[in-house]
Amino acid sequence: MTKFKQIISYTILVIASFLSAFPLYYMLCGATNQSIDVVRGRLIPGTYLIENFKTLVDMQNLGLAMFNSFRNAIVITVVTLLICSIAGYGFEIYHDKGKDILMSILLLAMMLPFVAIMIPLFKMFTSWKLVNTWIALALPSISTPFMIMLFRQAARSFPHDIIEAARLEGLSEIQIFFRMFIPVMKSTYGAAMTVTFMNAWNNYLWPTIILQDSKAITMPMLVANLKSGYSVDYGMLMLGVLICTLPTAIIFLCLQKSFANGITGAVK
Amino acid sequence: MEKKKAKLSLEKKHNLTGWAFLLPASILIFVFCFYPMSQAILLSFRKTGGVFNGAANYARILKDKTFQQCLFNTFFYFVIQVPIMLVLALMLAQLLNNPKIKGKGIFRTLIFLPCATSLVSYSMIFKSLFAPDGVVNRVLMAIGLSSVDWFQSTWPARWVIVIALIWRWTGYNMVFYLAGLQNIDYSVYEASYIDGATPFQQFMKITIPLLKPTILMTAIMSTSGTLQLFDESMNLTAGGPGKSTMTLAHYIYNISFVETPKFNYAAALSVCILVMVAVLSAIQMKVGDKRD
Repeated sequence: MTKFKQIISYTILVIASFLSAFPLYYMLCGATNQSIDVVRGRLIPGTYLIENFKTLVDMQNLGLAMFNSFRNAIVITVVTLLICSIAGYGFEIYHDKGKDILMSILLLAMMLPFVAIMIPLFKMFTSWKLVNTWIALALPSISTPFMIMLFRQAARSFPHDIIEAARLEGLSEIQIFFRMFIPVMKSTYGAAMTVTFMNAWNNYLWPTIILQDSKAITMPMLVANLKSGYSVDYGMLMLGVLICTLPTAIIFLCLQKSFANGITGAVK
Repeated sequence: MEKKKAKLSLEKKHNLTGWAFLLPASILIFVFCFYPMSQAILLSFRKTGGVFNGAANYARILKDKTFQQCLFNTFFYFVIQVPIMLVLALMLAQLLNNPKIKGKGIFRTLIFLPCATSLVSYSMIFKSLFAPDGVVNRVLMAIGLSSVDWFQSTWPARWVIVIALIWRWTGYNMVFYLAGLQNIDYSVYEASYIDGATPFQQFMKITIPLLKPTILMTAIMSTSGTLQLFDESMNLTAGGPGKSTMTLAHYIYNISFVETPKFNYAAALSVCILVMVAVLSAIQMKVGDKRD
């Protein structure tokens, strides 16, 4: 590669990285500055973090929203990973014509827009008296065709010899799944966990519909609340945005490597 | 004879185990996806109260000015944003796939990081960046251009949504392409370079054909995502000014949960979105298959 082309490549990458990171840097600055300085567009981190935090805690039930968001996201992630990975494994390892047909029917659900089903879903949960519960929040999102497909692809690379050997050793089918498959598929689980946790944490449309009680508030709902009202404290708003972003950002940074590997396995 | 029988029952047992493994997930999808979809279709042919209404709700859609406005907005986002985003993502993935580029990890992390922000959060950030005296206008003035009242005029407001969407999703798509590119041997690129291929030719003749399944997948995901756009319209522009940035999903939300609920009419609108997603995905699959 010529020097010239290399310089162009680096320039494009640096600009793209800068543009990607800048709004997040702006958020950091906003969270540590006074409202008036945020409005003025001050781009240097300030010293107003504690004050912004106090205003935020005074105005909103931050602890409750954090607790709800973490509980919802963790429950959804654990159940999703379990149910979808065992299904993906089942579809691939024991595949026959019937199961392949079922899989292609399930894939159609990927095309169903959520807005199209949210009204009947809302009516369903109303008649089951489950509005405002986290069960109603979780149930529609714990089984997704995308996740099943991800694990089915992963199971494709799982050697059949291991299964045969384990059967000879006397392990039951479910034991083979838990003791042989799960430990080998760490990076797929890492990728699935990152995606599921992020979606669960960031979900906004369904929670605003099904959780109408202020006690069930989640972090994105809290952030959306911050901008309502006559005058907006932008320092506080940016701090709210920052707190809402931190958990997903940390999870992504920690699981980055397995995320990339898991996705690589899926698109093979 | 005995042995054969035993083997058969073992196979049967494994077959049943398979069904048991995939049943919970499948039942959930049927109960919380397919069943509500059938309900939405039924609802769309009824009046409030459950009286059969024929295609009246659909006839009403044709005369609904707000629907036409939202349909236009949604398609504008779709037509402009999806191609720009996917091409950008492909370009960045190809640059990052080059083994001679150093610091790949840092670039990849930075470009992907926007995906970690929630849709509500980044709507707030962009709202503040594009405020009348926000950073963007300051930069515009510093380089000698006039500032723009982004959220008070129709087209600038639409462009803010497009820019915000590109910012949020380019890195996400890039990761899929990077993963796909790792399955292509880099020596293919080196060989074509020796043969005198330009980077553009490499991009068109190697990258795109080999990544076709991945591109198809991301295109379908983006299509479905764009047609369902809600959080940005709701939190970034509140659909305004007027209704000039409102998306279809936002409109459906409004007529179902904000104004006096008109579930049946909203259901008819939802079925329209479903048909559009299905048609667009089918077209993309057809186009994707053609060059095989």
